[in-house]
Amino acid sequence: MSGSLIGKRVLRKEDHRFVSGKGRYTDDIQLVGVTYAAFVRSPYARADIKSFDVSEALAAPGVIAVLTGEEVVKDGLGGLPCGWMIHSKDGSEMRQPHHPVLAADRVNYLGEPVALVIAETQLEAKNAAEMVMVDFEPLTAVVNPATASQAETLYEAVPNNVCYEWELGDEAATDAGLAAAAHITTLQLTNNRLIPNAIEPRAALAEYNSGTDEIILHTTSQNPHLVRLIMTAFVQIAPEHKLRVIAPDVGGGFGSKIFIYSEETALAWAAKKLGLTIKWTAERSESFLTDAHGRDHVSEAQLALSAEGEFLALKVKTIANMGAYLSTFASAVPTYLYGTLLAGQYRTPAIYVEVDSVFTNTAPVDAYRGAGRPEATYLVERIVEKAAAEMGLDPAELRRRNFIGRDQFPYQTPVALEYDTGDYEASLSKALEMADYDTFATRQAEAASRGKLRGIGLSCYIEACGLAPSQVAGALGAGVGLWESGEVRVNPTGSVTVLTGSHSHGQGHETTFAQLVADRLGLPIEDVEVVHGDTGKLDFGLGTYGSRSLAVGGSALSVAADKVVEKGRKIAAHLLRTDVDNIDFDAPVFKMLDSNESKTFQEIAFAAYVNHDYPSDELEPGLAEKAFYDPLNFTYPAGTHICEVEIDPDTGVVEVVQFVAVDDFGTIINPMIVEGQVHGGLAQGIGQALLEQAVYDDTGQLITGSYMDYCMPRADNFPDFKVGMTCTPCTHNPVGAKGCGEAGAIGSPPAVMNAITHALGGIEVDMPATSEKVWRAVQTMRTLKTA
Amino acid sequence: MELEQQLVIPRAVDAVWLALNDPNMLQGSLPGCQRFEQVGDNAFDMTVSAKIGPVRATFNGSIALQNLNPPFSYEIAGEGKGGVAGFAKGGAKVSLNAITEAGLPATLLTYSVTATVGGKIAQLGGRLIQGAARKMAQDFFTQFVRRLCDDETLDLVIETIKEP
Repeated sequence: MSGSLIGKRVLRKEDHRFVSGKGRYTDDIQLVGVTYAAFVRSPYARADIKSFDVSEALAAPGVIAVLTGEEVVKDGLGGLPCGWMIHSKDGSEMRQPHHPVLAADRVNYLGEPVALVIAETQLEAKNAAEMVMVDFEPLTAVVNPATASQAETLYEAVPNNVCYEWELGDEAATDAGLAAAAHITTLQLTNNRLIPNAIEPRAALAEYNSGTDEIILHTTSQNPHLVRLIMTAFVQIAPEHKLRVIAPDVGGGFGSKIFIYSEETALAWAAKKLGLTIKWTAERSESFLTDAHGRDHVSEAQLALSAEGEFLALKVKTIANMGAYLSTFASAVPTYLYGTLLAGQYRTPAIYVEVDSVFTNTAPVDAYRGAGRPEATYLVERIVEKAAAEMGLDPAELRRRNFIGRDQFPYQTPVALEYDTGDYEASLSKALEMADYDTFATRQAEAASRGKLRGIGLSCYIEACGLAPSQVAGALGAGVGLWESGEVRVNPTGSVTVLTGSHSHGQGHETTFAQLVADRLGLPIEDVEVVHGDTGKLDFGLGTYGSRSLAVGGSALSVAADKVVEKGRKIAAHLLRTDVDNIDFDAPVFKMLDSNESKTFQEIAFAAYVNHDYPSDELEPGLAEKAFYDPLNFTYPAGTHICEVEIDPDTGVVEVVQFVAVDDFGTIINPMIVEGQVHGGLAQGIGQALLEQAVYDDTGQLITGSYMDYCMPRADNFPDFKVGMTCTPCTHNPVGAKGCGEAGAIGSPPAVMNAITHALGGIEVDMPATSEKVWRAVQTMRTLKTA
Repeated sequence: MELEQQLVIPRAVDAVWLALNDPNMLQGSLPGCQRFEQVGDNAFDMTVSAKIGPVRATFNGSIALQNLNPPFSYEIAGEGKGGVAGFAKGGAKVSLNAITEAGLPATLLTYSVTATVGGKIAQLGGRLIQGAARKMAQDFFTQFVRRLCDDETLDLVIETIKEP
């Protein structure tokens, strides 16, 4: 029976509950005696706090307590730490300003929390929050990352607002490559700042049991164990064994729910301090202000080519905006998740990248779907396409000339990574075929007859996923190991409970992981239940991010399932009075090799717990096995995306008329779920390319603070995506999977922007390609044509 | 945010100037004004309620009349805090020119308004602020002129709005 569930389009087990309103999200949880919190936030991007006056708020109806930043200081709470140490070129450590749970004397971004009000009802809490008088003295804000290092210093310990000046690669070799070039293509670009917009806003429900001195925090987290670790070991609100963190159903994360935020931390602290059960659910406008934003890079790059179009060197300089404080993994995003991906799918022999990360008076910036890899892919794939145009080469052909060949793996890039496997030509060929690339000119002419400008753009992306080999991550500065845990717990009747340290908030783990384990053990999928998201139920886990769940968490379960089989063979050998070597597992049956006697999986499960005659010195009862899986390398999903757009020259409106994505995710457990992940990623990537941008004005006010001004993609912005797969299984994990969660958001923006640039005859616009920008570009194009 | 508007008022410059310095005129013309107290020479504290887009807020603030050049120009500088709703800061330059309209002495009043807002009203009101500020300014001067003129002369008022 083994192999019968892998690759099957099994309908998602969790969907019935989600689509029938039976999901249980943090805000759905009802507890007796619950109180409600509302946060008081800074209306300024930067200001001194002169004083708090909470008397009126305290006297308001229903109010139980008001806690300000001053109480945080009095209680000696630690700051919110950043978990990844980056060293500058000169060897010095990155500079990290203190990130308070609630600000006490200075606020550094709009919306930064300074106090929380706890009341009997949500309305009373919100009303009283308006009565907390905070005397702010506004200060000049630093908003623009490009000039932040020349602006007024925001933190004494951070000269010039520079967090670090990082580099990777061989500058001399890269300069030599540029000197030897027959052609150099240069590019300046901005990677637009994004706001994550998970459908479920952040929420927390903290309860304190004075009898056991335990805090239980229900919260919207992608990694509840990390929440517990940081709140206890760093912020020190309680000892680790006295805090249980539960992340129930969570409605989307995209990275934004990895991080440890002020609000959830303050709630857990307040619950214990006041002996209360407290609930807080963010309003959408709070999400806009305080969920960690994404991207926000300004870059310039030079690509050196030989006369034959061979890439000789790539040199990149990037300024990355960290916002006001370092969020949990912020420092790693523009460095080891960005600079290391600049080789792309190519043999470029010399690469050098410098990244200056700066602080500004804006919300903290951290990982958002793709995290660093979209920024790298956008830069590489834009400059490659531009080089092809400048040299008069077909962009597909230029890429082919530079691809790492399928026989060249493992391949060591000049930017630290060793790709284990891939077949870039296969994905490109398949994508070109699915896109009818050869007949584009016909479609372009037909569009022209309707007055439309049609363009086509390619993007051959690669990403490093399966975060992360702990040894490598540790050497690069990670503060934690990035393995994953899993447990396969066989119940006495033969059904199986699977516990995983990764967390599902839309990805469908309850189905994919059940398929994986059911397949390995030969069980019906209905007999396998997946449990996740509760520090009280499993030992430790690192959670879900960086497309790691199947490649790392799934691998842990695969190893744990193998251990169950091994234990089952021992039990079978005992029951059948033979040697273990004489037992074979032909899922779901344990068979004797030299006879026709056998035991079913259910018989073994029952015998594991009803063990009246066990040789107890040789065989323990029970059938539950754990595994901690630490990957040997990153995984490297890669593929080709091809976009076709039509531009209405009179309005500048861009329509994506065709989008082809061909991805190599290695072994696929459930193609339906994978395609869903690709679709979602493409929607977010195309949203970044065409619509989305977070804008602060020059005083640090967020002027895209609602859906009126921050444009989210909708179904009518997309064509029917054409999705295809190729497969080179990952060579170093037992599942063969590479990860698929982020690829769509990584590969698609350059494909869209290359298509627009193509349609505009080479005139470049920055993301998002709004109709205004595109219309102006059309006017420029017309002026150039007539000149 | 900036906007500029011109009004032709069928009253002599001196009369308009006096009205512009009359606390009762200012208070009566200010939309949503709940409290208006003189706290010094040309300085006033006030409470104003306003609705900007979906946000209704009460602002506690102050205004000061500055750079007085009687009877030709002055500046109004003001700021208000609306609690959780945010804050608003702004100013208006007002200048008067003596003209003749229909053979009678009249005044060309020009005002330009700048305003910045922060907090929730900036976040939610992005595209609404221009409109809200313009409406407030227009309401103010409409009331002002109405109080200054009688019914017959009111018809002679000419408004021109210039926006950047």
